[in-house]
Amino acid sequence: MEEAFQLALDSAPFLLKGAYYTVVLSLGGMFFGLLLGFGLALMRLSRFKSVSWLARIYVSFFRGTPLLVQLFVIYYGLPQLGMELDPLPAALIGFSLNMAAYACEILRAAIGSIERGQWEAAASIGMTRAQTLRRAILPQAMRTALPPLGNSFISLVKDTALAATIQVPELFRQAQLITARTFEVFTMYLLDSGHGAFALAEQVGRAGQSARPGVLTR
Amino acid sequence: MIVVEKLTKQFKGQVVLNGIDLEVKEGEVVAIIGPSGSGKTTFLRCLNFLEEPTSGRIKVGDIEIDTSRPLNQQQSLVRNLRQHVGFVFQNFNLFPHRTALENVIEGPIVVKKMPRDQAVALGKKLLTKVGLAGKEDAYPRRLSGGQQQRVAIARALAMEPEVILFDEPTSALDPELVGEVLATIRGLAEENRTMVIVTHEMGFARDVANRVVFFDKGVIVEQGEAKALFADPKEERTKQFLSKFLNHA
Repeated sequence: MEEAFQLALDSAPFLLKGAYYTVVLSLGGMFFGLLLGFGLALMRLSRFKSVSWLARIYVSFFRGTPLLVQLFVIYYGLPQLGMELDPLPAALIGFSLNMAAYACEILRAAIGSIERGQWEAAASIGMTRAQTLRRAILPQAMRTALPPLGNSFISLVKDTALAATIQVPELFRQAQLITARTFEVFTMYLLDSGHGAFALAEQVGRAGQSARPGVLTR
Repeated sequence: MIVVEKLTKQFKGQVVLNGIDLEVKEGEVVAIIGPSGSGKTTFLRCLNFLEEPTSGRIKVGDIEIDTSRPLNQQQSLVRNLRQHVGFVFQNFNLFPHRTALENVIEGPIVVKKMPRDQAVALGKKLLTKVGLAGKEDAYPRRLSGGQQQRVAIARALAMEPEVILFDEPTSALDPELVGEVLATIRGLAEENRTMVIVTHEMGFARDVANRVVFFDKGVIVEQGEAKALFADPKEERTKQFLSKFLNHA
C-alpha cells in the first residue's frame, strides 16, 4: 500500500504532464470540433442540395469509421502523401474532425427542433436568415443541444486515450511508460481514473445545471 | 395600399389559390372569411411571402414583387416588403427566450437599427397601448394566450408597418380570452390603420371591417361592404356558408 502510494507520488510530475496533453486534446478537440460542426450543420440546413449532401458525406464518413483508424490514417497515412504531422497536431486534427461530425448532427437536430413559427416570426419583422439564426433560433437550439454535446464531450475526454497509439504523451501513454518501467500494472487503473476525473467534473457541472429550478415545470 | 393581381398558388399540383385579384385601400379594414381549406390563410401568407406564390403580382406601398421571378433573387425586396407589413400569427410565435418588451423591440433594434433606449421607450408605449403595462419583463410562458397575442400585436406595431395582416388571431385562444384581443384589434381599426384579417369571428368581421371578402376553393366568391354582405349575400355559396355559421352560433 505504502509502496503504491510512493509510486503515485513519484509519478505525479510525469502524470501531470500527461494530464496536460489530455486536457489540451479534450478542450481543443471540443472547441475546433464545435466550430467545424457548426459550419457543417449550417451546410446540412442549406437549401442547396449539393452543399447539404457534402456535409452528409462528411458526417457518414467520420461517424462510420473507427476513431482509432482515423488517427492512424492522419498520423501514419498522410506522410505517404507528403504530409508529416507531429503527434499532438495529428491527434488534435483527428479528434476535431471526428467531434465535428457528431456536433454537426447534434446542432442540426437542435436547430431542426425549433418550430417553423419562430423562423416565420423573425421573417415577418424583416430579419435576414443570419439574424434569425443568431437572435431567435440558436439561443433556443443551444438549450436543446447542450446535454448531448455534454455527452459527446465526456466521450471525447475518454477517447483521448487513443492518442497514446500515435505517440502523444497523454495520460494513458504516460501510464503505459511507467508500467513498462515498474511493472506496476495497478498504476494504470489509478491513471485511468485520472481520465475519469475530467469526465466526472464535467458531469457534476452538468448535474448542477439541470438541477436549475423550474425546468420540470416548464 | 395593397394591390394583388392574378395571384395563384399551387401546392404539389393542387391549386390552392386560383387567380386572386384584390385591392386594399389605405385605412381600410378588410376581413377575409370562408370555409377551412378555402385558401384564405394561404392568401394572407402569400402577401408577405411566408408562402411563395406560384404566379401573380403583389404590390404593397411602393414595393412591387413579380412572383414569376424566383424569390431568392428578390430576397432583399421581400425583406423590405416585410418591414412594411406586420403579421400576427394564429399561434402568436413569440420568441420564448425573450421578455415581452424584448420581443417588441427586437425588430426595431435588429432590423431598423434603432438606438436601444429609443426602442425601449417605443416598446413600453406599445405594451401600454395593448393593455400590458407592467408586463414588460414577463416571459411569454408566464402570460396567458390573450396576453401573448397582444404582445405579438405590439411586436408587429413596433415596426410601424403600413399594413397589418392577422391570421386567425383568436383561433388559438380560450373563449374567455378572445374578447381582449378583438378589442385590441378594434382599437387599431379605429385609428384607421390598414388591416387584413382572416377570421372566423363573424360578428367581429361585421362590426369592425369595412369590407368582407368571401373565399371558397381558392377564388374570391363574393365581396362587399361588411354589413351589407352579412345582411344580404348575393351568391348561393356565401349564403350557405353564412347560414351554417348562424346555425352554429
